[in-house]
Amino acid sequence: MELTISIVIGFMILGAIYSIHAKDLLSAVITCGIVGYGCVICFLLLKAPDLAIVQIVVETINLIIMVAVVLDSSREESYSKLDSQGYISAITVFIIMVVLLYFFTVSTRSLDVLGKSTLRMAGPYIEGAAAKTGSANLVTGVVFDFRGYDTMGEAVVLVTAVLGVLTILRLKGKK
Amino acid sequence: MEGMTIIVKKTTQLIAGMIFMYGIYVIAHGHLTPGGGFAGGVIIAGAFILITLAFGSDFFKLVKEEMGTTMVESIATIIVVLIGSAGFLLGTKIFFNNYLPKGIVGDLVSAGTLPLYNIFVGMEVAASIFIIFLSLIIFKEESLK
Repeated sequence: MELTISIVIGFMILGAIYSIHAKDLLSAVITCGIVGYGCVICFLLLKAPDLAIVQIVVETINLIIMVAVVLDSSREESYSKLDSQGYISAITVFIIMVVLLYFFTVSTRSLDVLGKSTLRMAGPYIEGAAAKTGSANLVTGVVFDFRGYDTMGEAVVLVTAVLGVLTILRLKGKK
Repeated sequence: MEGMTIIVKKTTQLIAGMIFMYGIYVIAHGHLTPGGGFAGGVIIAGAFILITLAFGSDFFKLVKEEMGTTMVESIATIIVVLIGSAGFLLGTKIFFNNYLPKGIVGDLVSAGTLPLYNIFVGMEVAASIFIIFLSLIIFKEESLK
């Protein structure tokens, strides 16, 4: 199973690299879909069908919206030469990436290998979940009962994102 | 934004209803099978996006529709918060307490308040995704007038 996941992740990396260097923006957006659909296959191999359903639908709608945006604006990417301000920004971004990568490796060193053993909190959740919540689908039981605050936060985040989109995209004020 | 050819319109008439019903199935069986409020909501939004793309932007009378989706989204979010707070008032002083009778595991009507959360989160997600798509069309047409 690890070999299959490695092959799929290799394809995803190839698609991401191509989508950065593509001349036509439409082909770049469509190539970016390889990353999302490869992620769906990885979720199915790791036995997470709930995530796979959400990912495949969101990826499709995301692709539709991005294609609509590209067709509305231009299909050519605009290039500009770097000036001194641009070099300072590039160096700052590089330093921030190195620092984040260092702390990422430090914080993930203590975790188990993915899928090898269940995490520590998973045991008490799995043991009596069906009896405690009355739900046959354990994921829904955890998401809406044990972790109700998280789910409410996600719903509120979505509302805030829509408010931001409406505020930015509205060019004329309401009468 | 104009509609597409008659082949696409006829195919959409056949398929859009089935996609909508599948989204409702995923939401209603969220506590029994894989899926739930988020997945089903996005599927329902996909049905509306398909109709808008096929029939053009005049089909839904867009400005009015935007007001309706905003109302649905806000009211559904408020109802989710209210159901969570009702657990604090009725139960043992805990937010998101599952205070309704749980029933038999595996029945369609079971698991207390979980199906209610699924339904309202599904409504909210469907309205949110659809309004993001609509706002890309509406505001451009408004600025062109």
